[in-house]
Amino acid sequence: MIRFGLDSFGDLPRNDKDKLMTHAEAIRQVIDEAVLADTLGIDVISLGEHHREDFAISSPETVLAGIATVTKNIKLASGVTVLSSDDPVRVFERFATVDALSNGRAQIILGRGSFTESFPLFGYDLQDYEVLFEEKVALFAQILKEKPVTWEGTTRAALDNADIFPKTESGRIHTSIGVGGSPQSVIRAARYNFPLMLAVIGGSPERFAPYIELYKEAAKEYGTSSDEIGIHSPGFIAETDEEAVRIAWPAHKKNFDRIGKDRGWPPMTKEHFDQEVEHGSLYIGSPETVAQKMAATIKALGVNRFDLVYGGGPMPASARLKMIELYATKVIPRVRELIGE
Amino acid sequence: MSKSLAILGAGKLGITLGQLATKAGYNVFIAGSGAPDKIALTIKVLVPGATALTAEQAIAKSDVVILALPLGKYRSLPAAALQGKLVIDAMNYWWEVDGQDNELSNPSTSTSELIQACLPASRVVKALSHMGYHHLTDEAKPAGSTHRKAIAIAGDTKEDTDRVATLVDDLGFDPVYIGNLAKGKALEPGFPAFGANVDAKTLRELL
Repeated sequence: MIRFGLDSFGDLPRNDKDKLMTHAEAIRQVIDEAVLADTLGIDVISLGEHHREDFAISSPETVLAGIATVTKNIKLASGVTVLSSDDPVRVFERFATVDALSNGRAQIILGRGSFTESFPLFGYDLQDYEVLFEEKVALFAQILKEKPVTWEGTTRAALDNADIFPKTESGRIHTSIGVGGSPQSVIRAARYNFPLMLAVIGGSPERFAPYIELYKEAAKEYGTSSDEIGIHSPGFIAETDEEAVRIAWPAHKKNFDRIGKDRGWPPMTKEHFDQEVEHGSLYIGSPETVAQKMAATIKALGVNRFDLVYGGGPMPASARLKMIELYATKVIPRVRELIGE
Repeated sequence: MSKSLAILGAGKLGITLGQLATKAGYNVFIAGSGAPDKIALTIKVLVPGATALTAEQAIAKSDVVILALPLGKYRSLPAAALQGKLVIDAMNYWWEVDGQDNELSNPSTSTSELIQACLPASRVVKALSHMGYHHLTDEAKPAGSTHRKAIAIAGDTKEDTDRVATLVDDLGFDPVYIGNLAKGKALEPGFPAFGANVDAKTLRELL
C-alpha cells in the first residue's frame, strides 16, 4: 500500500480578512490542518524546520507534540530534521517524547536541509557541512537501537556507555533520510539502512529514476533494505484547474521570489510556473489533474510514499483546509485507483 | 576521432553534465573530492559509460576540463595538472554552501577571473553556470529543435570560446557568446541571466 502524506514548513497563511497570520496563529492553523487530515485518514503529516521570518515552524517536534494529543492515527514526522545543526541525542529524546505522547506515531526524516540558516544560528561552520552530517547520522543510527551508546567524533562530546531516555514502546522510531539529489546522500541512506525520501521540488520527476536505481544498487552492496522509497513534492488542489492556479500562482511566486532574492535567482515567471505545473514537479490543479500527475510519478519511480507539500506561500487559510479535504477524499482514492491498488 | 571531457566534481552539476556529455558521445572522466572508488558506484549507475578517476588522472585524459565543484574550494584546484588546459568554469558563488567569502563576493571582479588568476597557465572560459542542473537535464535538445534553450559563454579568445560553443551545442543547447571573461559577471547570482532557462534571443535580451 502506498502511503500518502502532507508536508508543511508552517508558511504564514492569510486569514479570512486577507491579513497575514502571525507566527502563533500559523502554528495553530497547522494543528487544525493535522486534525482534519487525521479525521480524513491521511497517513502522515511531516513538518519541516525553517529559521526565517516567512515560516512559523522552527521546532517541528514541538508542533508534532501538540498534534499528538489531539489526533488518533496520523503518523507524525519531521520533514526534515536538520541533523547537522542539531544534537543527535537531543533529537532522539524529543522524538521519543513525541512517540510517547502519540502512542508510537513519531517518525523522523533526517536531512542536511536545503537552507543553511540554522548553521550560524546555532554556531556551526558551513565548512563542516559534510562531516557534521556524516558523523551525526552515524551516531544517530546507533542511538536508534535504544541501547547504551559509546561514541567518539569531532562534532560533539564523546559518549561513554551513555543510555538515552525515554525508551520507546516499539523499540525503534521510524527514521528515513531526506535527499535533494546528492548521490552521496543517496548512498549514505543505503549504507545506514534508512528508507529514502526524495525531495523533488522542480523539474521532471522521472529524472530521479536513476537515483532510485543508485539507492537499490548501494543497498545490494551493503546488504541493507531498499524497500521504502518516498517522494516529497509541492502541490495545491482546488475544485477546478483554473481555481487552483488562481490561488497557488501568486502564493508560490511570492515564496519563490522571496527565497530567490537571498540566493540570486531572478523572479519566477508565469511561464516557468506553468511549465512546472505541466511537466515539472508542481502538483497543482483539480483533484483529477493532481491525481493523474501523482499516479504517473508513482508509476515512473516505483515509490511507495508520496508526501504533498501543501500551502506554500501566503495562501488563504481556508483554501489550505479545503485542499486537505480534496486531497483526502478525492485525490488519494483516485490515485489508488489509477495505480491499481 | 573520439572526444574527451574531464569533469571535476561529482555532485549534482558534475553528474548532470557527465550524463549529457556521455549521451553526446564524449568519453567522460569524472573526479570527486576523494578517491575514485568513493564515487565509482555513483558513476556506474548515474553516468554509465563515464569513468571515475582522481582529479589528476581525469585532467590528463582531456584537453578540456569542466570545474563543477563548490566554488569555495577554488584555492585547492590542481593548478599544475591544469596547465595548458582549456578550463570551463561552471561554478557559482553560493554563500550558503561556500560561506561568506569577501574575495568571492567582491563586486568588481567576476569569480571566473579569480579562477583564472589561480590557474595562470590555463585558459578559463565561463559557461554552463547559469542554468539549474535540473533544467540542464530536462531541456537538452538536438540542434535545430524548436524552443531549444541557450547557454552563455564568456572567454578571452575566440578559439577557446568557439570550442566551448561546440561542446555546448553537443550537450544540447544553443551557445551564446557574451564577451570576454570579465563579462561572465553578468551570469552570476543576483544578475538577471542567473538561473536563465530561456532561448538564445531571450538570453541576449537579459544580458
